[in-house]
Order: sequence, then structure tokens, then C-alpha cells
Amino acid sequence: MKAGWLPKLLISPSAFLVLVCVYGYIMFTVYLSFTSSTMMPELEWNGDAAYTRLFSLNNWDVSLKNLWVFASLYILISMFLGLALAVLIDQKIRAESGFRSIFLYPMALSFIVTGTAWKWLLDPGVGLEHTIHELGWINFTFGWIKDSDMAIYCVVVAAVWQTTGFVMAMFLAGLRGIDSEQVNAARLDGAKSWQIYLHIIIPQLGPVFMSAFVILAHMSIKSYDLVIALTNGGPGRATWLPSVFMYQYTFTRNEMAVGAASSVLMLFGIGVVVLPYLYNQLRKAKHG
Amino acid sequence: MKKQMLGIAIAAAVFTSPVKAQESVEVLHWWTSGGEAAALGVLKSNLEKQGVQWNDMPVAGGGGEQAMTAVRARVTSGNPPTAVQMLGFDIQDWAKQGALTDLNAIAAKEGWDKTVPPALQRFSKYNGKWVAAPVNVHSTNWVWANKEVLHKAGVKGEPKTWDDFIAALDKVQKAGFVGLAHGGQPWQEATMFDGVVLSTGGLDFYKKAFIDLDPKALNSETMVKAFDRMSQLRKYVDKDFSGRDWNVASGMVISGKAGFQIMGDWAKGEFVHAKKVPMKDFACFRVPGTQGIVSFNSDQFAMFKVGEDKVSAQNKLASAILEPGFQSAFNVAKGSAPARSDVPDTAFDACGKKAIKDLADANKSNQLVGSMAHGHAVPASIKNAFYDVITREFNGQIDSKKAAAEMAVAAKN
Repeated sequence: MKAGWLPKLLISPSAFLVLVCVYGYIMFTVYLSFTSSTMMPELEWNGDAAYTRLFSLNNWDVSLKNLWVFASLYILISMFLGLALAVLIDQKIRAESGFRSIFLYPMALSFIVTGTAWKWLLDPGVGLEHTIHELGWINFTFGWIKDSDMAIYCVVVAAVWQTTGFVMAMFLAGLRGIDSEQVNAARLDGAKSWQIYLHIIIPQLGPVFMSAFVILAHMSIKSYDLVIALTNGGPGRATWLPSVFMYQYTFTRNEMAVGAASSVLMLFGIGVVVLPYLYNQLRKAKHG
Repeated sequence: MKKQMLGIAIAAAVFTSPVKAQESVEVLHWWTSGGEAAALGVLKSNLEKQGVQWNDMPVAGGGGEQAMTAVRARVTSGNPPTAVQMLGFDIQDWAKQGALTDLNAIAAKEGWDKTVPPALQRFSKYNGKWVAAPVNVHSTNWVWANKEVLHKAGVKGEPKTWDDFIAALDKVQKAGFVGLAHGGQPWQEATMFDGVVLSTGGLDFYKKAFIDLDPKALNSETMVKAFDRMSQLRKYVDKDFSGRDWNVASGMVISGKAGFQIMGDWAKGEFVHAKKVPMKDFACFRVPGTQGIVSFNSDQFAMFKVGEDKVSAQNKLASAILEPGFQSAFNVAKGSAPARSDVPDTAFDACGKKAIKDLADANKSNQLVGSMAHGHAVPASIKNAFYDVITREFNGQIDSKKAAAEMAVAAKN
């Protein structure tokens, strides 16, 4: 059913706004990354000096390494826990909707709240370690958040806690969509529960895995408020992510060109994840 | 008849009562701790007495990082605040962008050129025009100590040399207290580094390294020694120091949990606010090895170009800031020395009098130097690059030799 002119007219203001305010500004940022902007935008072309400086900065290496560690752990653990929780809730338990709500609640919090709450929990002086000490186990230590090497794992913990419920909800929906005939047939053939899950159900959840991956990946690249609320990039610069790097260099250090270069690279990173998925979906829409 | 009278009365009231739009100033700053807010309150009430309303815009964050970020958004949107608290090179950067207004008229009328020390004027003026009103002169090479903790630990008197200082820290730590109260934020480590470099290499080395940015001075044995001293200090902080705010660290000294804190004299404001008495409850002395030198930073209110209707209020603000009565009252509460050299020190306590005397002496003997950690030696991009190196070395991620090499790389911009 081809759309007439009225729907097109109604959509055009939004489309125009998105075109200018999203894509137009993206183009402007790409241009800025090739200029010599420091404190305010300057339009003088400066070649790839910003990129050269970007790749020579140790802070960028730290940010990339942290992104790699954070993103892979965050995605893997969230998906694994989300799937496990969904499978468990799907077992026709009694307070199913209650459990679903409980696991989904963290998603309702903003990342700032999550970050602040976990900062207090993980602080050795006032949080978990302090409480365990009060209970009597005085040799217990859990100072990860103050340790340069381990702080990034604290960010993983807080992020996983926030989004596992959401992934669980996605998998639950996927599980509900599975054809029960196949499962019954397998049961008649004598297959055990775990075999049914492993060979029939989980393979059919392919699309859900894809969606969860795309959402988690782009959230991990965008993570800024969680890091700032949890560790403020610290100790030192140990939990910097590319988003923190971009903000620091653009606004605090008066090196706008370098910050713009880092956001262009972040865009590439998200593009690498999202574009194949989009292409896949569009192809299916055309053929489906 | 009655209606007519009423009508005339109303008309008279409306047309003869002057419509007075209240003047207001909007001030962006990062003075959010107890002592600082109290000091700023003096300016607020002085302006309110003149009929100018004060719109406060505090942006928390000890070194001013967050505040500088907030300013940029306001200026780019064409709606800058009336005045913004700024340090050193940031003022020059904004003046270069043409965002600051010209205060020469008021400066000439009130004789600022004669009363403000030249070292401060270097940052308050751009191309010969006054663009900012200095509020105070802080210095960063101070040590604050809790006298009772020192007494309990058996430390006699104030350490005069670096080795004395380390010995004192040792004694305090062995007595069960925290040796050095420190907040693990890059700007705080850099503040300590100011004093450590001055103590290790002296004034000439500091100038060569941080003002001239001489790579031979930055990547030198002396710099390695300075970093070694930072690692020495690292041994005396408690294990939860990472991310702590500066005033919480001061609180540790005030409450007797820790013995020493190396911090600028805004820390004194916290002691005063907690009703502690200098020389009785706490001691203030220069970082051992830096006696006679003052590494300063001056908080100045940079005046942005605002609309015609706000200029009069802005001028009143600038005047109020440099007024001697305010300079005395504010700096007594804040812990700093006045920005005017002709303000009498009668209202100041013992540490305040010492600060004023040290400043005057250093000014005369040419031992007054801008603080690197607070934007009075290098601009923001290099300062932040230095912060990176200092904090990584302090947190044990790189060793002293590598740190010195990286300082030289960081200065190349």
C-alpha cells in the first residue's frame, strides 16, 4: 500500500529536524575533527593533525582498552544471565510476574542513580567491605573500586545489574514465541530438558540474541554517566571510556579537534555494530 | 464623582511611581564547601545592600574543571553569566576569544593598577585592558597539621627540611593516625606536586620546568627525584584516598584522624569554619624546603560581555570585589591573602597574617611564582596533560623515570 502525500507531509518536519540536527551536526563534528579547534569551533582546515595527536595519547589507549574489556564482559554476562533468568522464570513458577518485575526494576533507574548507589556499595570505607568488617570478618577486602586495575570491573558490575532485567525480558518474550509442538515432539522422543533447551529452543532465539547484542553494544559505547557517577574516570584515569575521553578533551582541556576526532571514531565503532544489523533487517523487510 | 476620584488616584499611582527593574548579577563559581560559601556570602550581602540581586550559579568540583565546562555552554549559547570565577590562563583564553568586557573605566577610577600586585595583573589584563577583578591570592605550598595529633605522636615543632617532614609523617603513622590526609583527584596530586618540585629543585628549576617548559628541565634527574618524593608521600596516605574531595581530607585533619595535609590555603577556610584556632588547634607552615617562596593562584571574577541593561550591575560587582572592606572580610573567611596590597591585616588570624607577610616578602624578593596546578603557569591543555602524568605516577601506574619523560612529552603541544 503506497503512502499518499499526507503521511509524507506529516513526517517531513521530523525528518527535516533529524536530517539537520542529527546528520547535519554529525557532519559538522567530522569537519571539526579536521580543523585546529581548541576552545571554540574554528573552521580552519588542519589536515589529520587531530587524529595523529589522538593516536599518540596514552589516555586514548586506556579508553580503548577499557572499552574492549567493559563491552565484552558487559555483553557476555548480561546475555548469559538474562537468558538464564528467562529460562528459569519460564518454568511456570508461581510468582512469575512478581519475579519479572523485580528483575526488570533496575532498568527504571537512570545510570546516574545506579552509579551513585554502587559507588557507595563498593566503597571500602562505607560499603560492602565496611559492613562485612562490622559483622566480624575483619580480613575481608573488597577495594576494587579504589584499585587502578580492578576499577573497570566495578563499572561492569553496575552496568550488568542495570540491564540484565531488560535482556531477560527480551529473552522471555522470545521464549514465549517458540512453537510448543516441537518441544512436545522432542519430549515424546525422550529428550531431556537440557537437551531440548540446548538444541531446539536456544537456536530459535537467534534473532533475540542479535537484538540484545545490538542494544548492549551501543549502550556500552555510549556509557558516560555511569562511569562519571561511579568512579569519575578514576582512580586517576583508570576507568576512562571513549565517551569520557571525548568530553574531557572537548570541554575541559580545550582541545576540541581531538575530542571531535574521538567522537568520529566512536561513530565508526557504533556503525560497525549497527549497520550490518540494519542492512539485515531491511533486506528481510523487502523480501518478507 | 467617587469613580472619577478613584480613576484619577489609580492613574496617578501608576504614572508617578517609578518602575524600578531590580539589577541583578549572575555569578558562576565552584565555592561550594562550607568555608568557601560563607566567604562568598559576604559579597552577596554587600551587593544586596546596594540593591543588586545575586543569582548564584555554583558548579561543584574543587579544581574548577566542571565549572569551566559549564561556562563554555553558556558562552556558546550567547547568554554568558555576568561574572565567572576563573584562574590564570583560563581568563587569558577567554579574553583571546573576545568574550570578556573592558573594565578600564572602573580600574582607572579606583586605582587598581597601583594596588594590585603585578604578578596578578598579568592575568587580570589582556592587551592592556582590565578584564577580570581579582578576589584573593591563594598559595599552594602549605602544610596543615593537627597539633594534638602531632603531640600524641611525639613530633616536636614544625618540620623544616624534607627529611624532617618524612620523619614526622613516619611518627604520626606509627602512632596509629593517618600520616597524610589526601584526596585522590588529579588536581590535588598536582597541588602537592607544586610544593614538592619547589622543594626538590628550587625556584629556578620550577620556573624552567613549568613556565619555560624547558624539556631538559622536565626530563631531568631533579624531576625524577621530585617524583620519588611523591612516591614517598604515597606511603603515608590511607587506603581509601582515591576520589576523596579536598574538604573531606581537611576534615580528617580537623577531626584528628590524620596528622598533615598538603593543600592550598583554602583549606584554612575549612578549619576556621570548624571553629579551630590557628597555632592552638592547628599549625600552618610552608612545604619544607619552600620557605620564602610563594606559588600562588589568584581567584578572579572574569567579567563577560553582557547586554546593556546588565552593565551597571556588573560594574557595581567589580567595584564591590576590589573594595578594601570586602577584601578583608572575604579573605579572613576564605583563608587567602587580599588581592590588594594596601589592605591592613588586623582582622586576620595568625595564619592569615603569615600568608599576607609571605606574599609581600616574596613579591619584593621576586620569589612569587604562578602555581602550575592551578592554571597560573601553563594553559589548560598542558596543565591537564601534566595532571595525567602526576596522577598516574602517584597511583603507581608508571615509575619516576617514565613520569619525567612523559612530562617532557606532555609539554609539547
